[in-house]
This record gives sequence, structure tokens and C-alpha cells, in this order.
Amino acid sequence: MPKSNAARKVYDVCVIGSGAGGGTAAKVLTEGGLSVVMLEAGPRLKPETDYKEHIWPYELAHRGADVGGKGRGQFNDEFLAPNGFWEIDGEPYTTAPGSNFNWFRSRIEGGRTNHWGRIALRFGPADFKARSTDGMGDDWPITYEELAPYYDKIESYIGVFGSKENIPNSPDGMFLPPPRPRCTETIIKKACDSLNITCIPSRLAILTKPLNGRPACHYCAQCGRGCMTASNFSSSQVMIPVAQGTGRFTMIANAMAREIVLGKDGKAEAVSYIDKATRQEERVYAKAFVVAASACESARLLLNSRSSSFPDGLANSSGVVGGYLTDSVGSSVTGYFPQLENFPAHNHDGVGGAHMYMPWWRFGKKNEFLRGYHIEFGGGRDMPGVGGFDGVCAEQEGYGVSLKQKCRSSYGAFIGLAGRGEMIPNEKSYCEIDPNVVDRWGIPVLRFHWQWGENEMKMAEDMQETFRSIIEAGGGRIHSTRRRGAPKSEISVGGEIIHELGTVRMGDNPKTSALNRNCQAHDVKNLFVADAAPFVSNPDKNPTLTIMALAWRTSEYLLDRAKRGEI
Amino acid sequence: MVDMKISRRNILKSLSMGVTVGSVLRVIPLEAAEFAHGLIASEKSDKATGYVPKFFDPHAYKTLQLLCETILPADADSGGAVEAGAPEFIDLLTSENPTYQLRLGGGLMWLDSACTDRYEKAYLECTPHQQKEILDLIAYRKNADSDASLEQGVDFFAFLRNFTADGFFTSQIGIKYLGYVGNSFLTDFPGCPPVAGV
Repeated sequence: MPKSNAARKVYDVCVIGSGAGGGTAAKVLTEGGLSVVMLEAGPRLKPETDYKEHIWPYELAHRGADVGGKGRGQFNDEFLAPNGFWEIDGEPYTTAPGSNFNWFRSRIEGGRTNHWGRIALRFGPADFKARSTDGMGDDWPITYEELAPYYDKIESYIGVFGSKENIPNSPDGMFLPPPRPRCTETIIKKACDSLNITCIPSRLAILTKPLNGRPACHYCAQCGRGCMTASNFSSSQVMIPVAQGTGRFTMIANAMAREIVLGKDGKAEAVSYIDKATRQEERVYAKAFVVAASACESARLLLNSRSSSFPDGLANSSGVVGGYLTDSVGSSVTGYFPQLENFPAHNHDGVGGAHMYMPWWRFGKKNEFLRGYHIEFGGGRDMPGVGGFDGVCAEQEGYGVSLKQKCRSSYGAFIGLAGRGEMIPNEKSYCEIDPNVVDRWGIPVLRFHWQWGENEMKMAEDMQETFRSIIEAGGGRIHSTRRRGAPKSEISVGGEIIHELGTVRMGDNPKTSALNRNCQAHDVKNLFVADAAPFVSNPDKNPTLTIMALAWRTSEYLLDRAKRGEI
Repeated sequence: MVDMKISRRNILKSLSMGVTVGSVLRVIPLEAAEFAHGLIASEKSDKATGYVPKFFDPHAYKTLQLLCETILPADADSGGAVEAGAPEFIDLLTSENPTYQLRLGGGLMWLDSACTDRYEKAYLECTPHQQKEILDLIAYRKNADSDASLEQGVDFFAFLRNFTADGFFTSQIGIKYLGYVGNSFLTDFPGCPPVAGV
């Protein structure tokens, strides 16, 4: 039973979700003097015991394949930092007939910042002006220039390496020096130079110099396992401890938010959540709410918060919540580079990600499709892992010393190229509440509708051609394409790139957007969204850095309102 | 005797408690982490001998061992799949996965049946020449194109080959055989060494 008003603890702000957006909000709000309570649907993180950094595969009985081989060849193998899942027991989602969608979710303090690729790219000025540029999609209610100071703040605080390049629509940032290229990167860079494709140092949230009490990277390439020295960025190690240090921060872990409760005054007053340990429903009260549960989970929470004032979900008088769902366009090709055969043994590890990448190099030119893509690539003499020899085994076949030697000579000679392109929102791609399915906590689940548009298909074709020409120019041969699931074409499955966003979008018009230019709900003034749900477009730059810059800006706005006594 | 072994948990716990002074960030100093990982490695390498299969019966497990070693044998450069622990690894995964149980457990029985049809003996009892003869049939996809009765055998062998490669190349000797260098703590990343052609 809800406690009486007198006994209630009312926090200044309740933040739902502890990832990139929630962590940033918690840091900025607590440092600004507000008390913050955070709900996280997973447990607290204990890097000392949870991380498998520097463990060899043979130190684990399953060698990284996990129980029953379920992690074999998967992104979320046994080594990955804890609790990032494609499927969660008891927490399903559904897809509409004819739709295919993958939804990667993390249930752990820090959310998906424990698992991300640390790629930290600024959106460019044109990315905020999609409709003005080519007539498709919509413009953001804010400009690059308005967000730029927050990019500066977030980069300076978390540490991002890169290089000043002055590339159109791929703005430079506040960069630490980039690491030296690996052999594979030297080969691809030369191939790109010969094709006039721009290939420059990557921009990753990994420290190449000590920063704010965190030591520099020690080049073990294992960022995805979680970093014991916190030399890469995760919210769990870089944001939340700082919030905690203010003494104004409370974390409620294993708390699955079910509904945001509207008060009589038309403002949100509480979050009802399920305590996963006791299976009891609890309430936490606050003066303001920052929803940062990840784009689709945030949309789900709002859609499930129905009341007489908001029969279609909280802050959803516009009806746009769940709509405008996009993911990055993905496509990939692997090349085999004979010059890397029998390459001298050397340390190829580097940071946990590519040291170089190709930003969109045809910006402003006449292309077969609108918008653009960037190229990521990897391979070479990585730590051997389960599933890593399936390709050579299938090609070589047989058995014995000749097979063994072939595995050795081809080890490290593969380079995979992957494109990440911009999807234009379409009306056939959205999420909604499934009327028939609830999860184990009794909370109605999401149902996904998905369809790539023609522009995305053309872009994926262009990626395939480009990757093939890069491989050939680099002296390699096409080995295979790599895909998850079984799509008909060379394009990724929706959600597979884990850049899903846009589901609670911002805009100046309350009829066509749920949030205003400060990511504050048009309908409910003490409700904010601080993940990738507010994004109006999904440029080819990975969303995390922009989530944090925008969350920082939103939090400063909230602080300012609170100081004026408006929250 | 007092158990002197220190668990990974305890080491890292004690480390993390001592280092938060002066920083609210959850950071474990490099040297301490390196020391801890060294201890853990030496602890883990002290592994017990005498493996008892969890899924395969003694006959099937012996057959599995022989097949693994035939797929990736010891040679002048390194030990083979058995020394690398591939059969233990495969048995563990199979004990947990019904699909693997069908493909590998069933596959081994298919192999014995095929050998009995041809040579009136199970695979283990066949002569080395006979063993080579049957493996040469199921080790190549194209043989099933001309003889459909080999289809299941070819599938089984391809599946086992992948998992044998997993077991060998993720072992200490397999990783050394490949020449992987890394998983270390560097203060600076040297980049690509000077090599002709790159």
C-alpha cells in the first residue's frame, strides 16, 4: 500500500536507467546540488569480480563459448562484460508478422555502456537539418552549434582520442592523441588512399593519456570485457561513482520500472517499479523524472503509463511515442589478405576497437542514395577464440597436419569491413505495446514493426561494392559476408546494429513530437527523456556521444528550472 | 594443511578496497591488477588430472579423443588436440546442449555403424588404414554430392572439426602454435612492426 504523504521520501529527481544518458544525468544533477534516485533493472556492477579482463580462454572451462555453447560466435560471448543480452529469460518482446527485429538489452548498472564499441562520433551540422538538406525526415529543434558546447564538455570529461581533420559534416572534437595503426590498418589505409576514400584515426572513448584520475589504456584490446583500470568509458565506472561521491545519490538496483504515476496537479509524481528480488511493487517519489531506459524501453514505459489524462500513454497526446524507430544500416564483407600469411608474431592487440575508420567521404556529392555511411573494420592477429576457425575449416576441410598448418597460416589474415549508415524514419518501422503479452513482472511488452526503405537497400548495395573494391585494392580477396539471422539481402536485421532510437522524439510542434527542444515532455513539465529516444534523425555516426551531450544539456536545463523553483 | 590458494575474488576485492583513496572513481591500479592476474593464472594452471566424461560413455569418449587427435594431431611444432583438452571441452558443452548431443553423440554412433557395415568393426577397432579410408570419405563435402549416404557423416565430421579447432586453438599450446602475442599490459602500443609489403 502506498505510504501516506507525510512518510514519503521525495527525491529531487528520479532517473530511470543507468546507461549513457542516465549516468550523465546523475552526474550533472547531483553535482548541481540535487538529490537523485536512480532505478536500474539489473544488479550493481562489481568490476573486481564481474570482469573477465585478461583471462585466457583456456582458463574458462567453456573457453568463452559459455554454457552449452550459447555464446559461441556471438557478440555477447562468455567474455563480454556482464548482462548484455539478445534474449532475456522472462522478459520477451514480440515482432509483428513480416517484421524481423533484434533488441539488445543490458540489465546491469551502466547499461549498454558496458558493452558498446566506444565509438564516440559527433553528429555534424547537416545531421540536425535533415529535411532542410534533402527534404526527407525532419529537422531537429536544435542545431549543431547549440549542442557543440556539450560535446566539448562530455569529450573533455570522458576522454576521446582522435585527430583534427576538418572533414565536412564529421566535426572534430576535444581529442586525446590516437594510437598507432596496426598492420591491418596500414594495409586498408593504403587501399583507401588509392581509391580516394578518407581513412583517418578512429574516435573512441578510450584514454591514451591519464585523465581525471583514470590511468591510460594498457592496450589489451579487451574493452568489451570491461576495463579494470576504467581506461575506457562506461557509465558504471566514470559517471555513477562520481554521482555517488556527492552524497546525494541513491541507486535502487534490480528495479524494473512499470509505470510513471501522474499526480493530481498533472505532473508526474512517482514511478511504480517491481523489485525483482521480492517481486513486490514499490513506488519512488520525486519532483522531476528523467527517463533514460534506452530508446525502446523508455517508449515502453511511457506507453504503459496510461491514465484518464493520457489514455494512449504518458506524454503521448501527439501519438508519436514508439514511432520513428530507426537503426543504423549495416552491411559487411570479410577479405582474406595473403600478404598477412605467416606474418611475424607481434602484439596486434591495441585498444578495444579499430584504430582507424572511414568517415563518410562523399558528403555533399551526388550519390545513388540520400545521406551516408561510415566504415569500421577489424581483424588480424586477435586473441584466438571459439568459432574463429569455422571459416578456414569449411574452406580447407580434411584433417591432420595440413589442416593445422592452414589454420596457422591463415590466422590473422582476415580483415572484416562493416558499414554503418543512416536510416531515414518510415511509417512501417515502430514499436507499440503488444496487447496480448506481458513479461514475468506482469508488464506489457513491446511489439516491433520493421521495414527498411529503398534508400537503405541502395546504401547497403553501395557498401558491398565499396568493401569489395577496398579489399581488392588492398591485395586481398573476398572471403565471405558475415550476417546474423537470415535476411534476404546484404543488409542487417533491424536492431542488430544496436543503434535503435527516435521513439520519443523532440520537436517544436507538440502535435508531431513528444518532447520540446530541451527534451522536456510537451505534456508533462517535470518529465524529461535522456537517452536516444529524443533523436530526430539517426545519422551514420554512432549515437552514444550524442546521447551524453544531449543528456548533459537536458540536465543543465533541469538544474536551471530547479534553481528557479519551477520543478 | 591450510589451503594457501588465494581466490581471484579475494585478491581483487582486497585490491579494490585499497585504491579508492584520492579518487571516487572505481579504478584498480595497473600494477595491482597485473599482479592479481598473474596469481590467478598460476592458480588456474594447477589443474586436476583424470577427467571423467560428463556426457559420452567410455567407448564414445575414446572414439572422440582419437578423432580429435586425428583432426589436429601433435607434430614437430606442438602437441595435438588431446593435449590441448579439446575432448574435455567438447564433452562439457555436449553435456549441456541437446542439439550437440544429437549431432555428436548420434554422429559417433553413425560412424561406428558405417564402420561395422564396411569392416564389421567399430571405428576404434578398425586398422589405421580403414580409419583413414572412412575419414577420407566424410572429411570432404563433395563426397556426399556423389554418395548421399555419406551426408550425415559429412555433417558430423564438419561439426566435430569446428569444435576440435575451438578446443585446440583456445588452449595454451594452440595459442602458442598460432603465435598470438598479447593479452598484456603495455604502456605504449608500438603499432605495425616494419615488414616488407605492409
